[in-house]
Amino acid sequence: MTLNVELVSPVQRVWSGEAQMVSARTIDGDLGILTGHAPLFGVLVDGQVKIKGVDGSVTEFSVRGGFLSVSKDRVSILTESVE
Amino acid sequence: MGAQLRVYRRRMRSVKATKKITKAMELISASRIVKAQQRVAASTPYSRELTRAVSAVATYSSTNHPLTTPHPNPHRAAVLIISADRGMAGAYSNNAVKEGEQLVALLKERGLETSAYLVGRKAVNYYKFRRRPIAGSWTGFSDSPTYENAKEVADALITAFLADAKSDENGVDEIHIVFTEFQSMLTQNAMAKRMLPLEVIESDAPVAIGLLPMYEFEPSAGTVLNALLPRYIEARVFNAMLQSAASEHAARRRAMKSATDNADDLIKSLTRLANAARQAEITQEISEIVGGADALASASAGSE
Repeated sequence: MTLNVELVSPVQRVWSGEAQMVSARTIDGDLGILTGHAPLFGVLVDGQVKIKGVDGSVTEFSVRGGFLSVSKDRVSILTESVE
Repeated sequence: MGAQLRVYRRRMRSVKATKKITKAMELISASRIVKAQQRVAASTPYSRELTRAVSAVATYSSTNHPLTTPHPNPHRAAVLIISADRGMAGAYSNNAVKEGEQLVALLKERGLETSAYLVGRKAVNYYKFRRRPIAGSWTGFSDSPTYENAKEVADALITAFLADAKSDENGVDEIHIVFTEFQSMLTQNAMAKRMLPLEVIESDAPVAIGLLPMYEFEPSAGTVLNALLPRYIEARVFNAMLQSAASEHAARRRAMKSATDNADDLIKSLTRLANAARQAEITQEISEIVGGADALASASAGSE
């Protein structure tokens, strides 16, 4: 079981693929998502989004605000700008 | 060279120069359409996800957010018209402005005042020439809008929407957008849509939303909606701008193609006329020489 992750900004799809784990910082604090997570919709604050790929490698993005939605092992991260 | 021939040649030269310009503009627009289409495609995942999220929040939360509930008796509506900065695009800007006029007339029938928000020099000039009030205008980016441009426009609209329309003369209760939808290289439609309050979520958008999951909201549905809706408006304005930009390039390419074709026709008929004039000149010259020789011959025959 893997997560199907999409990181999109208004101008492009930044990252998409399979991952083991995603972690991001919401208004309430850091949040880690593994497979089988309950449907969730969160507001992100400026910070790091870490995506741990299937091979164990970690990709980091720093985002400026945005949203995170999880449903049925599908994670989409919407953000205004990514660096 | 005869006077007539010279005039034809001069006109041919000027038409040829015009043809070179229109041909160049046609080619430039043709290459830019592709880029503009790619930008529309690249922005689609974001706006699709956002639409999905807004649908989910609006469906499953009972929050009475001002951005989702229609005003009981609306007083004023904002109309955002997206047009081009430059001409030479056939009826493109005209169509958008006309669609806007129809929308304004429709809103007036409902007893609403309207305030105009204009993008693109053509729409601004149309309103300025008629001395109509303009609530906000943005120019200079119609052929390649950035997200920052869309954000600026959306911010102004959201601010106006959140202000009270009764007491504040800048406040509005509804936001409508007029843009040109890019259907294909050949078809672009000017259309008007209501952005706020939200329509019964985007039923016309061909997005397979599917069954929406019961989301847990973090921190709360209200907060999420507060953060989500401005982004949603920005994304919609951005998408409308990108589609309009693609439409503008397509309209310009078509207009320039027909201008080039017309120049071709004109050159062809002028060439015919110039050839006839040249032939007439030659014929006249020959008959003058023959006449002259004849006169000389008969004169010398008479003297002998």
